[in-house]
Parts: sequence; C-alpha cells; structure tokens
Amino acid sequence: MSNSNNIFTKFKNMPVDGIVKTVIVATALCFVCSMVVSFAAVNLKSIQEVNKAIDKQKNILQVAGVYHEGIDVNKTFSSFQPLVVDLNTGKFTDKFDPSIFDDKKASQDPLLSISLKNDPASIGRRTNYATIYLLKKDDGSLDKVILPIHGYGLWSTLYGFIALENNLNDIFGLQFYQHAETPGLGAEVDNPKWKAQWKGKKLNNKNGELMIQVAKTKKYKEHHIDALAGATLTSNGVDNLVKFWMGEDGFKKFLSNFKNGAA
Amino acid sequence: MSQTRKQLLVDPLVDNNPITLQVLGICSALAVTSSLNVAFVMSLAVIAVTGFSSLFISFLRNYIPNSIRIIVQMVIIASLVILVDQIIKAYAYEISKTLSVFVGLIITNCIVMGRAEAFAMKNTPFNSFVDGVGNGLGYSLLLMCVGVVRELFGSGTLFGITILDPVNNGGWYVPNGLLLLPPSAFFIIGFLIWGVRSWKKSQVEAREYKIQSLEVH
Repeated sequence: MSNSNNIFTKFKNMPVDGIVKTVIVATALCFVCSMVVSFAAVNLKSIQEVNKAIDKQKNILQVAGVYHEGIDVNKTFSSFQPLVVDLNTGKFTDKFDPSIFDDKKASQDPLLSISLKNDPASIGRRTNYATIYLLKKDDGSLDKVILPIHGYGLWSTLYGFIALENNLNDIFGLQFYQHAETPGLGAEVDNPKWKAQWKGKKLNNKNGELMIQVAKTKKYKEHHIDALAGATLTSNGVDNLVKFWMGEDGFKKFLSNFKNGAA
Repeated sequence: MSQTRKQLLVDPLVDNNPITLQVLGICSALAVTSSLNVAFVMSLAVIAVTGFSSLFISFLRNYIPNSIRIIVQMVIIASLVILVDQIIKAYAYEISKTLSVFVGLIITNCIVMGRAEAFAMKNTPFNSFVDGVGNGLGYSLLLMCVGVVRELFGSGTLFGITILDPVNNGGWYVPNGLLLLPPSAFFIIGFLIWGVRSWKKSQVEAREYKIQSLEVH
C-alpha cells in the first residue's frame, strides 16, 4: 500500500466529530471553494467589464435622448465627443486621452484628486479631471453636454449623468447607471416618470445663483424636482450630489467658461 | 428513471411544493416576479443552486462533522451562488441589474438549506441532485405562475411581448399598477395556496386548537 493511501485510510478512520477531522474538512473545503470562486471571478472579469462599458455608453445615449431599442450602441456613441475637463481651472485639458481616462480611478489617486473639506455629496475625494461628452448637431453647433455626477444616497454611491441643453442652464435629463438603493423606494430614481421631471428645469436663476433642488415642498417652480415618496435619504442624496456637481466645487466654473467661449 | 426518482422530481411540483406547502422562499418570490424574463433567469439560478448544492453536500455527507455541518452547507451553497452570480453578470448583464441583490440572497433561500439539511445529508448523491432539481422546479413553477399574472395584468406583456395593448401606448388596457409592486405577489401566492389546498384536501393542515363553543353552565 502506498504512503498516500495510508494517509487517506487514516483520515477515513478518524472519528467524524473529532477536532482533527473537523479542522481538516473545514480547511480543505474553504480552500477548494475559494479556488472555485476566485477562478470564476478572475476569468469572467473581462467579459463583465465589456458589459459595464457598453452599459455606460448606453446610459450616455439614454440621458441624451438618442437611445431606442435595437440601436448599435458603439456606432451611435461615436457621434459623442469625449473631452477631459480640469475642474480647478474650468478649462479643457489635453493632458489625458479622453477615450481611456478613468474618472473613478483618478478620484482615488492623490495626485489627480483633492480631499474635500466641504463634502455634501459624501464622496470623500473629488477628481481634478472629469470626462464630459459633447453631442453636436448636424451643422456642427453644440446640441447637448453630458456631465458625470456621483454621490452618496442611503446605501450606496449613485453614479450617473446629467445632460444639459446648449444654453448650459436647462436640464435635458438625468440618469443613474449604478446604485444599490432600496428596490421600490430609493431605486425609483430609475423610474421614467420621476426622471421626466428633470427635463426643462433650470440650474441657475437669472443672477447666476444655483437654485436647482430635489425637495418635498415646491419653492421655485422652474428649479424644483419632487422628492421620491418613501425615500427621503436617497432624495436628499440626489439633491446634495446635483448641487455639489453643479456648484463651485463641481462644473460651475467650466460651464461659465464654456458659455463665454473661454474653455 | 426509477419510480422513486421520478417521485423525487415530480412531488415538489404540486404535492410538496416548497412555496405553497412548505411556505419557504417567499421573499424572493415577491421580489423577482414582476417580469417573466427576470423570474425565468432567477428560476434557472435557483434550480442550478439547489441541484448542485444537494449533489455536493450528499457527496461529502459522510465526511461532514456534525458540529460544523450547517457552516459546511453554507460554504458550499454560498460558493455556488457566487459562481451563478458571476456567470449572470457576464452573460446576462441587463437581467443581472434587475436581479441585483436577489441572486446573492439565494444563499439565504430556505429551500436550498432545507433540502441540504433534510434530504442531501441522508441520501445518495444522484437522488439528492434529483430532489434538489425537483424542488428548484417547484419553486420555478410557482414563480412563473405568479409572474404570468403580474406581468400580464401589471404591464400588459408576457416575456416583454405586448399581449394587452396598454393605454399609454394608445391601446385600450389600463394596467393595474398594484401588480407591479411586491405586495401583490402576497395576494397571488395566497390565492394559489387556497386553490391548491381546495384541490388537494390532504394539504390542509389540522387546526392547532379549537375555539370552545359557548355553553351555559
């Protein structure tokens, strides 16, 4: 009888409830299971990331109102021009390749981001460079600007886009592509009826003050979006994150530069 | 297939249905039945997990120390669920977004644990596999029944194909919004349990106590 067989018989003859066998079984099982899980996770990662990229592009098309069922996402997306904006100066920058620049990675990198003292959106660090998308009309004039936004809701960080009309003050639409809010309550941020409210709302008043708000009570008709019923904290989160990204620490500088042709 | 194995597969469909008789797995049945596509993918996921977890647990049943058996079962079930979750994310991304946490929550679905503890720990691997698949099918059958009612009357479609033309598309059917909300599944499952127990009287449980009739002493 070979040596390995000996060990096996020895193992087999051990009392099932003994401490040694319990530890061996537990360790072996955990080892095998973790191998299986990590093997699957690593091997499927590339496919999952392609899915995520297509999904992000689809969301940009949707927020710009050019998506419909069965459309070629990749082809339609090529009519959008991605550009990287320096949020501190409010100007376009050509330091990075906009087609591969990753805002999310940049906001983790101390060289490319700042730690926020005034942080209403609870994001901790803010990237100094953000990728935005311009949609041009057939005659080459600006149609829409799509800006990335994110912030904390109740359970999760909500990632999304806001689309502005070419006057850079009227909202065309808002859409989140990633969040984990409560299904049926906070997750109603995906409800088309709720999203439809954003269309035509104005960010700033005539004096250039940021007025947009998500709230229960209606103060200013042209700046007001009704909060979600039963999801106060998610609504507050959306309110804070939109105010943050449209404010001084967000895209406000860039938007006013871009409007004056100085971006 | 022998008679007993056939029974293992068919019994959980109606006679011993995990939802209507054992009343297990209700939580996910409420959450994922508002559209049939989602319910269908969830069904496949649960069938795969119940089947294979029973199979593996039954293989190991003589080596699992009694003191840690629940943890061992959980580890096997959890690994399978993560595997299924990763595969759905890779090959059915849209649906994985709607299913969100519910695939992960198969781990806590009482049906899986119930079959592992009650059947797989005492039976041969192949029988356990058949029993797991049967129970998964029983769960799926009910999920699909609830899904048909909810999607047809809630949004006028079946598998996303329009059957009753809804008003906001210029049709005639006014969708019942309640059916798209999770509580409606409670009513539908309640009616189904009522229906099944009127048809199969043996499923009616005996009363635990009887109200005393009023007598004058």
